This record gives sequence, C-alpha cells and structure tokens, in this order.
Amino acid sequence: MIAVYLLLVLSALGIAFFAFTGHHKDIGKLNTRINAVSLGVTVWLATTVFQHGTILSGGKAFLIDSFNVYLIVLTAFVGFTTSLFSAPYMAHEIELGKLTEGRLKLYYSMYQGFMLAMYLVLTTNNMGIMWVAMEGATLATVLLVSLYRTPESIEAAWKYFILCGVGIAQALFGTILLYYAASQIGDPENALLWTVLYEHAAQLNPKILDIAFVFLLIGYGTKIGLVPLHNWLPDAHSEGPTPMSAVLSGLLLNDALYAVVRNKMLVDGATQSHIAGYLMMGFGLVSFLVAALFLHRQKDIKRLFSYSSIEHMGLMTFAFGMGGSLATFAALLHMTVHSLVKSAIFVTVGHTAQIAGTQKMAQIRGLIKTQPKVGWGLLIGTVAIAGFPPFGVFTSEFLVLLATMHNYPWLTPLLLLGIGIAFAGLFRHIQPIVYGEKPEGQSSIKANLIPVMVHLGLALWLGLAIPSFLSDWFSQATLLISGSAL
Amino acid sequence: MNIETQDFYTQAILSMSALVGLMSFLMLGQGRLPRLILVFAMQGMLLTLTAILAGYELNSPHLYISALLTFALKVVFIPSMLQKQVFAMNIHRDVEALKNNTAVMLSGASLMVFSYYVLQPIIHTSSMIMLNALVVSLSVVLLGLLLMISHRQAVAHVVGFMSIENGLFFAAMVATDGMPMVVELGVAFDVLVAAVLFGIFFFHIRTSIDSLDVDMMNKLHEVEK
Repeated sequence: MIAVYLLLVLSALGIAFFAFTGHHKDIGKLNTRINAVSLGVTVWLATTVFQHGTILSGGKAFLIDSFNVYLIVLTAFVGFTTSLFSAPYMAHEIELGKLTEGRLKLYYSMYQGFMLAMYLVLTTNNMGIMWVAMEGATLATVLLVSLYRTPESIEAAWKYFILCGVGIAQALFGTILLYYAASQIGDPENALLWTVLYEHAAQLNPKILDIAFVFLLIGYGTKIGLVPLHNWLPDAHSEGPTPMSAVLSGLLLNDALYAVVRNKMLVDGATQSHIAGYLMMGFGLVSFLVAALFLHRQKDIKRLFSYSSIEHMGLMTFAFGMGGSLATFAALLHMTVHSLVKSAIFVTVGHTAQIAGTQKMAQIRGLIKTQPKVGWGLLIGTVAIAGFPPFGVFTSEFLVLLATMHNYPWLTPLLLLGIGIAFAGLFRHIQPIVYGEKPEGQSSIKANLIPVMVHLGLALWLGLAIPSFLSDWFSQATLLISGSAL
Repeated sequence: MNIETQDFYTQAILSMSALVGLMSFLMLGQGRLPRLILVFAMQGMLLTLTAILAGYELNSPHLYISALLTFALKVVFIPSMLQKQVFAMNIHRDVEALKNNTAVMLSGASLMVFSYYVLQPIIHTSSMIMLNALVVSLSVVLLGLLLMISHRQAVAHVVGFMSIENGLFFAAMVATDGMPMVVELGVAFDVLVAAVLFGIFFFHIRTSIDSLDVDMMNKLHEVEK
C-alpha cells in the first residue's frame, strides 16, 4: 500500500519542484529520473498485487485490483519512455527558439501534474475523486496544448478546454445520479466507493442507473474521443508538443475508457440488461468507421495519427461493450498494445517533424534516405498500428473479430471494412513520406530512438507470445469485468 | 399535488429551483456582458441560500461549508474576475446582437420539458423535491450548453461553463444532501483552477486574435483545406 502513496507523493513533489525551483540545465533528465522511480514503484506495487490479490487501503481511499494495476504499470512505463524522448526533444525546441525557459518549467511541472492525475484516476476507490482527477488531467494539459502560443495552438487549447470541460460535466451529473441511487441504500458517506457500490449493485435502482450511465458515457466518452465528441482530439494532439501527444494518446484515452468500463461493470450488475453494452458498441463502432474514413483526408502527420487513435479507441469501446470473456480479453490486450505502439509512433513523428521542419505531410519526403532509423521506426510503427502480424495489434484485433463473429456475425463485415479503410488511409500518406525522394535542405537530427525500439519490441513480443504472468493478469481482469473466465 | 399543501421546506426549495432555472433563462437572452455576469452571480447567490436552507433543515453542517465555498467562488471570485477582465478589455459597452433570440428562448423552454421527459423514470422513486431539483439542474446544464452555442463572446462561454457547474451543484445539494466532503472540495478546487486558467486564456486569445469573439478562431478544421 505504501507504494501507492509513494507514487502519488512523488509526482506531487515533481510538480512543486519544477514549478518553484530555478532553471536547471538537466531539467529533462530530472523528469526522466522521477518517472523512472515511479515506474519502479509501480512494478513493486504490481508484484504485491500479483502475490496477495486485491489491495484496499486502510481508509478505503485506494483500491488496486487486477484490472487497474496493469494500467498503472502501463501508465508509468509510457510516462517514463516518453520522458526519455521528451528531454532531447524539448531541448531542441529551445534551441530553435520556439520556447522560453519559463515555459519549459511549466511543461515539466505539468508533465508531472498530468502523471499525478492519471495515477489518481486509476488508484482511487472513490468515483467522485476519479471525476476530480479526470478534470485535473484536462486542467494540467490545457496549458501544454497552447505551449507554443501560436494562434492555432491557442484555438486548439480553447476547444480542448471547453469541450472536455463541458463533456466531463455530464459525467459529474451521471455521478450525482449514481450517488443519489446509492445513498438510498444507506451509508451516504461511503456511497461513492467502488467497493461499496459493487457490493450493493443489485440493490441500486436500475432505472436511475440506466440514465446515469448515458451521462457517464457521454462525459468520459468525450475524453476517449468517441465520435461525435471527438473534435478536440486531433486539434489538441497536433498543436501541442509531441511528447504530450504521445502521453495523451497512450494514457489519457485509456484511462477515460477505464472510467467507462468501471461504470459499465456497475450498471451491468444492477440492471441485468445489456443496455450499457449496446450503447458502448454503437458509439465504438461509429467512431471506428468515421475515424477510419477521416484518415484519408488529413494533411498534418500528427492529425493523421490522432484519428488513428480515435479509430482504435472506438474498437476497444466496441469490444468492451460487447462483453463476454473473449472480447474483454481482446480489449484489454488492445489497450496495452495500442498504448505502446501509438506512443512509439508519436515519438518518431516528433523526430520526423523536427527533421523536416514541418508537420505537413506533403512536404515530408524521403525519410529513409535522410535518417534511416527514424524512417524505419515510422514505417514499422505504422505497419504495427495498421494491424499486421506479427505485432500485438494483429492479435488483439483478430480476437475482437473472432468474438464479433461469434456474438454478432452481421457486424463482422463492418469491422473488416473499417480495418481495410484505415490501412489504406495510413499507407497512402506514410509510404511517400518514408520512401520518396529527399527534398533539399532536409538533414538528420540527434534522435533518441530507444523508446521506440523498446515499445515496438514489446508489441512484437505480445504478438508472438503473451508471457504467462501477463495472460494470467488479463484473465483475472477479464473475470472481474465480464464475470466469466476465458 | 398542490404546492400550498406541502411543508415550508418543500415550498422554499421548489421556489428556489424555479428561480435558479429562471436565472438560466435570463442569461440566455442577455447580450451585455456585465449584466450577464451579474445574473450569473445572482444564480450563485441563490445556490448559497439553498445550501444554507438545506443545511439547516436536513441538519447537515457540511452543507454550510458548501455554502461558504459557493459564495466565495460563484458569487465573489469568479464574477469579480470576469467583470474585471471585461472592463480591462473595454468590451463592457458592447452589445452582442443575438441571432434568433426567439428560437433560442423557445428551444430553452423545450429543453426544460425535455429534462422532465428524460428523468420521468425516476418519478416513482423520489419525492417531489428530488424530482424537481434534478430536473431543474439538468435543464440548467442544458441551458448552459445552449448559452454557449448562442453566444460568441469567450466571456459568455465561460459564464455558460460555470453555470453548468451551478446546475450540477444544485443537484448534488438538494437531491443527495451534498456529495461527500472530499469530493466536494475536489470539485471546488477544479472550478477554481479552471477559473484561473480561463483568465489566462482570455489574455492569450486577446493577444493572438485581437478579439474575444470565438467565431474568429477558425483555423483548425476536421478535414483540412
């Protein structure tokens, strides 16, 4: 349990440290070190949970079970590798004169603020606090989206702020409705604790819960980026600094989905109907198809991959909505591999944009000739995210397809169509970027590709063979979420 | 169910919810920013009074703390901050010409009816206070959204955003006797930080597009041109 407190305190200290101390030459390295220690702490936490099962802290404030513990490790891992990338990247941005030292301090302070909010969303046992932390994540990242102070970035940040703020307000209304239902069974002070709610799920009023879930799905769905609530996502990803895009795509979207799934577990337990699942399937499928189509019409490389994130989040929402052990297992696996691959892609995209000096895809050409490592990284990352074997995304998408064929055979063609369209949409843009003729004046830069290799290596490993401790973990989480073992 | 036959507390809370709803309608039709902010502060004041009333009647002292928080944030801090910004930017004399004012008002009214329709299933499980409080808070949330759609000034958007928070707070207070303290403090903290960030944003938007008209922020498109 100490591990949880340590994790939260560490990030909180990070915020204060970067905000209040003077400028350091090695500010990026310090950030990396904090994240490395956090990663160590989460691994410790994970082994404890692995040995002793679910942990509930003394005051019932924190709950660590097999579902969230692997997301906590994933969050810390992606946070750490992205910080490895962000140190030289931000230093380069300073050299280019895009940023001042004051803003760099803000960046690192808010990086830790974002990590703190993410850890809090995942570890808390109180769904009210979860809402507060989710809103906190928006507040921490909104100034980072406008870090460059260009008119576009300010517009993107404003949109992000208003849309996510208003969206998540709907989730608060859902939370209040749920609290209203829960406080009727007594013990109002503890009525928002997940442990208490799950215990009494069958006694909650199903009609209120149905309405509450609609609000919760809309609210947290805005953060997941479900169509038609996705407008903020491509803007925020494309205008902010690239390390931020990597953590937004790799972590924030996952954690918002985590919130929805937690609520779905509760609503399923109370209503005994499949209404929550159908809603998620509908939203998920629409997001998946619409985002796949939008991939074709993009011109900015970061916007391209943010639409790809919407597409994958849609697929996960669909799979979680379908329920059942196979689909849930697939969704959990997809969450992991998507985080790994997508953050790796954003790291290479960041390097690519610095090499070419632009994010416009029409002007980026001949990447393999300019800097082979970055070119190959981008190509392999794209292959992986498009769902080619032997990468993990293939495995999880295949499992989702299997589950769909089993439960809703008539939806399978739609999924296949979406995967095909998305594949074409990605490759029509990426192929010329990687292979084309090198334009004048494009030169290589100092790049740190270790995070990319590690992430893609892990995704490859998960595609070839899932290690037994991880599959045990996923099975436990599947049992917890879907109520049936694989 | 006649309102005269209810006890005093029920009557008072029902009147309060009616007034809170009315404030949202007043904001909807308001083209001048200083007055918009004033109405917003009045809505905050009504919430404070409701919190005190509920705290007294239900004998739950922590609602007094909520009342204090609401008063500090929604009646004093946020309105005065917005008012200061509006005067500093010299837009306090501007009257925003609202397009389709009638249509906006009518859709506002329909939204209120819609809220009753949405929350209909709850009617069997709750008292009159609960139902009406929840309905009014939902319609304040929806009216806040409508306010943001129909106004173009960034300041009006912030007022809409904050009045959505007001609606949520009203629901939490009346229908559920206040959320647990730690959650309420967390929400208040978020609102405070959001208000400060909005202040920073006004400055940035102003320096970047030389206006606070959000319609002029139109550089980013879903499908790029």
